[in-house]
Amino acid sequence: MSLAADPEGPIPLSACPACIAAPAAEDLARRAQPKAARLTLSIPEAHCAACISTVEKGLEKLEGVKSARVNLTLKRVFVEADPGIAAADLIAPLKTLGYEAHELDPGLLSSTENDRKGRELIMRIGISGFAMMNVNLLSVAVWVGATDATRDMFHTIAGLIAIPTVIFCAQPFFKSAWDGLKAGRVVMDFPIALAMVLGCAISIFETLNSGPHAYFDGIVMLTFFLLIGRWLDHRTRAMARSAAQELAALEVPRAIRLREGVEETVGIADLAKGDLVLVRPGGRMPVDGEIVAGTSELDRSLLTGEVLPVFAAPGQVVSAGEVNLTGPLTVRVEAAGRDSSLSRMAELVAVAETAKTRYTGLADAAARLYAPVVHTLAFGAFMAWLWISGGDLRLAVNIAAGTLIITCPCALGLAVPAVLTAASGRLFKLGLLIKSGTALERMAAVDTVLFDKTGTLTMGRPEPVNFTDHSAEVLSVVAGLTGASSHPLALSLRARSEADGIAPLQISDLREVPGFGIEGLLDGLRVRLGRAAWVGAEERAETATYLMLPDGSTHAFTFTDALRPGAEELISTLQSRGLTVKLISGDTPAAVASLAGRLGISDWAAEARPEDKAAEVERLRDAGRHVLMVGDGLNDTAALAAAHASISPSTALDAARVASDIVLLSKDLTPVAEALRLSKVATRRMQENFVISGAYNVIAVPVALLGYASPLWAAVAMSLSSITVALNALRTR
Amino acid sequence: MEVLTILIPVSLFMGGIGLVAFLWSMKNRQYDDPKGDANRILSPDWDDRPKP
Repeated sequence: MSLAADPEGPIPLSACPACIAAPAAEDLARRAQPKAARLTLSIPEAHCAACISTVEKGLEKLEGVKSARVNLTLKRVFVEADPGIAAADLIAPLKTLGYEAHELDPGLLSSTENDRKGRELIMRIGISGFAMMNVNLLSVAVWVGATDATRDMFHTIAGLIAIPTVIFCAQPFFKSAWDGLKAGRVVMDFPIALAMVLGCAISIFETLNSGPHAYFDGIVMLTFFLLIGRWLDHRTRAMARSAAQELAALEVPRAIRLREGVEETVGIADLAKGDLVLVRPGGRMPVDGEIVAGTSELDRSLLTGEVLPVFAAPGQVVSAGEVNLTGPLTVRVEAAGRDSSLSRMAELVAVAETAKTRYTGLADAAARLYAPVVHTLAFGAFMAWLWISGGDLRLAVNIAAGTLIITCPCALGLAVPAVLTAASGRLFKLGLLIKSGTALERMAAVDTVLFDKTGTLTMGRPEPVNFTDHSAEVLSVVAGLTGASSHPLALSLRARSEADGIAPLQISDLREVPGFGIEGLLDGLRVRLGRAAWVGAEERAETATYLMLPDGSTHAFTFTDALRPGAEELISTLQSRGLTVKLISGDTPAAVASLAGRLGISDWAAEARPEDKAAEVERLRDAGRHVLMVGDGLNDTAALAAAHASISPSTALDAARVASDIVLLSKDLTPVAEALRLSKVATRRMQENFVISGAYNVIAVPVALLGYASPLWAAVAMSLSSITVALNALRTR
Repeated sequence: MEVLTILIPVSLFMGGIGLVAFLWSMKNRQYDDPKGDANRILSPDWDDRPKP
């Protein structure tokens, strides 16, 4: 410190050391104070002008909220608030205003990167559009016959506009062509970039030498159309990505850590091996670990497909993703985050995905076919004309450049994105989110559909089966008992008895025994509802809960899994279309067989482990089948990744959604059939688009090769083919 | 044809104004929430000055 370094200096020595310390402390305090909280909430129900002002005014009235801004397009509200404000403080007031709100994890919503890319593309479109209009105005004069000095002047001005435009706006094409070259592949952008560079070079040369043809108009038009295609592509992907991110961001990964008896909420990333974590009833296991205190039941359906909850007691090992049902559990962390079983499953996915990358999209296939043909033609024309004209290099280069430009890669560049935009817009309205650019093409080839059971064809929610078999007295005892529990079986029984109008009997001393069931006193005598062993009943094969009455008699309530709406309809539609439908589940054979019977699926497999599911997909693939996998659980993840195409419902675990190509946002399953149909239509439109742009080339290429290609020809062919392709894409419905 | 020496710069300049206006509106994030903006005009909340 300066005090020690310069003891004799004129230092305003203060008598009070606190005066020196105080500013430092103030500074520290200022630094320790967290920055203003920025919260993002999703408000799916906002839809009108009144919603905007209600939400914004309602939030801004709250203590500590600095500002709130609704984005109606994204259906989100961005709130700037004092550091102490948490999302829960905002969700409750919004609820009273009539808006359901969910917290979004801002870390996962990395939309800024997407935004920036999209904005850059729009800016390039704007600039090239401006340049295209001006250059074409100048070209009209040349097309109608301007000659000599006038033509040269127009060419010069057009060049002065076009060259900076191409250098700036066409960067995405140059970059991707170069990246492709470095990787040793000829991508669609390579002939485009070559046409631009060669066209610019020959046009500059012609302008300087008062030549008749300059292709500035064609090149700028090419840039403009292709940028539109690029932007459509980007927009489709960004839309899907932001919706997928929103789904992921809804699950804010947090855990309650116990430290010397004090509970604190921390992010999962902050947990270390050996920490104690409290998992409340209804909560999902955030980590792998071992139970050290508490008894409860665990719902493992997302991991294994079993519907029946398993008993949990100290000493038992639990995996991340299981749901704790009845009692609070304290878990010692064995592995968190990257090391947990959830993450290990990701490795299985990575292995399966290498198989998928072998698929070549239609666009890539077209580029592979198109690029060498065009290059050969242009080079052939160059050599032939060099020989015919006896060494006229200028004429030969002119014709080669004309060939490259007139072959219209812009229609090819629009062919796929335009169809994708039309199709994904339609599918989004049906509640389907396309995550991969080639998903539709792959879906179109599907001939076998593989379904998971729990959570996919069923809701993963039990429904009583033999409810009406019991006497009214038994039912009213059950109705009285189930009021105390949030166990899924109890909830289901309660909902059913309320629906049937059964009056619950008054039961005193009602309490839940975590892991076992509910007990209480009926007229001073004990009644129990719960596990078979606990109530002294004989265990049944199917999912069931057991009631013990004061007289010692027991009654079993059996359950079946509720079907997802639209499941029956979807299966019969698929079967009537001649697709092979198969059911593969991790649940018990009895449960799977009964569901398969209900839906009319003859081909089913039970007790399948994750590896078995993936192996089944591979077996079918080796047999020449194209498999569509529909699943939601962690045990489906590897199969989803290995399948030719895959769909998962939005209730699926994050890992499953990441692995699948399409996410089903609606509860209803019927849109899957529509997606399969639409994918066939979309693929047909893409192929038609390639045929259309091919047909234009069949006419234009001979003209170009014979040396009759003029910039006017290029401009007409280019705009006509682009418009035809775009209109054809709009027929996707 | 002398008129061209005036008309071409004039037309380029006018197009340029449009381009600059477009770039400005984009930098200003005016395309972030098209649906919201279309609805906001209907509410009387911020008629005097735009919401900050």
